[in-house]
Amino acid sequence: MAFRTIAELVELSAKENKPISQIMIDVESEVSGKSRQEIIKMMTRNLDIMEEAVRRGIAEPARSRSGLTGGDAVLLQTYLKEREPLSGRLLLDAVSKSVATNEVNAKMGTICATPTAGACGIVPGTLFAVAPKLNASHDQMVNYLFTAGAIGFVIANNAFISGAAGGCQAEVGSATAMAAAAIVEMAGGSAEQSSQAVAIALKNMLGLVCDPVAGLVEVPCVKRNAMGAANAMVAADMALAGIKSAIPTDEVIDAMYRIGCAMPNTLKETALGGLAATPTGRELERRIFGE
Amino acid sequence: MKYRSVFDIIGPVMIGPSSSHTAGAARIGLLARKLFGTRPKKANVTFYGSFAKTYKGHGTDIAIVGGILGFDTFDQRITQSLSIAKDSNMEVSIHVSDDIPNHPNTARIILDDGRNKKLSVCGISVGGGKMEITEVDNFPVRVTGDMPTLFVWHEDRYGLVAAVSEVLAAHKINIGYMEMARKSKGAEALMVIETDQAVSGAICKEICELSYVNRVSSTPAL
Repeated sequence: MAFRTIAELVELSAKENKPISQIMIDVESEVSGKSRQEIIKMMTRNLDIMEEAVRRGIAEPARSRSGLTGGDAVLLQTYLKEREPLSGRLLLDAVSKSVATNEVNAKMGTICATPTAGACGIVPGTLFAVAPKLNASHDQMVNYLFTAGAIGFVIANNAFISGAAGGCQAEVGSATAMAAAAIVEMAGGSAEQSSQAVAIALKNMLGLVCDPVAGLVEVPCVKRNAMGAANAMVAADMALAGIKSAIPTDEVIDAMYRIGCAMPNTLKETALGGLAATPTGRELERRIFGE
Repeated sequence: MKYRSVFDIIGPVMIGPSSSHTAGAARIGLLARKLFGTRPKKANVTFYGSFAKTYKGHGTDIAIVGGILGFDTFDQRITQSLSIAKDSNMEVSIHVSDDIPNHPNTARIILDDGRNKKLSVCGISVGGGKMEITEVDNFPVRVTGDMPTLFVWHEDRYGLVAAVSEVLAAHKINIGYMEMARKSKGAEALMVIETDQAVSGAICKEICELSYVNRVSSTPAL
């Protein structure tokens, strides 16, 4: 059993009559020789680490070593307590938990890369907001990570998942697409709907550049994780509503790949362009690294 | 396919902030350490490309030294690696090079035990925490650390591949991938063998006793 594209993944899911998460576990078991139980146990460890990172991020207002980030998750959680958010309680909760995780990453805390550290907030952030809302079981939460993993697996093997290789559209873009698919499955949607969510999410990230201020994984990364979470939630809802992407998912991934290849190096994690090259960006760089 | 496991995507568990510049770097250091076999007295690290430009902010130096000390990507001790190295009398020197590498995240590590054991390793961090060792003692290689890997330094002679594989077969060890490199005909050579099962110290010793074999080391799956 194997899948190389989203189309193949959806086909397998239909053929085996299993959701994407279970297909991923089956394939992993076949390739690694490990049992399903062992694989689930390994993923559960990742879930625990994610939970701890979210918990730490929403409790701790402390800033990172550079002083560039930290405390925004706390601000958002306070805001959620004090008023009804315009963008919706669930959405903003997901955003705050994504921000929380990415802030912990910036502080050299322990996180789980999904698929990278720069985008590590989106999958757990959305998970820990949506799961309680849907009354998801612990098993369903672990499955969420397998669904997300299956999508990321395809994107990683057909395009890129790092800002250095393909821009932020590849890094936060992948994580956003992964989360969108996982939300759909957790909400009871089909593999086909998960696939649509991936397409809708990813096509809205195309062209997004990797322009980290001072070369650190902080600005604008934390706020990109915020919008990635928001994007994933909306894409999932659109897919669950029955909306279909005009361009098939694998073609959207390929478009992301080609755009990434066409992107100049100045916009691929070199801190030579974009926000990194703004007057304030450069000033912050000087202040942090002292020149 | 470059990525073969769901845990390449969801994972690794790591100290932030960057899977390529922190976790990937730690793994390069860790494989170098496992290959060296013992704690080195001296560790000389040179960063190229993006590593050279951003290592301070990403803690790439802290991470790679952590790896050289034997710490995995999630080990909290990574954040203190430079002072731990100092306390254990390991001499660390970090350099940057202007040379343009083949891959933007490249690091060269030279380890020395202060007597006559030296090792030079060049590694790249390919993203998502994954890395590849591209050079060992100036031999081009492709080692991902995903599987147990056996390294056999030898003199280029016929029959050596057969002799080494015979030892492995006798111990029921299956070879997944193998590559050979030599400096020139009849000169120094290196065999790199990825195996399904771990290769014990005893088996390494057995291989080392074969004629024309100079040195053997095995690294576990990282």
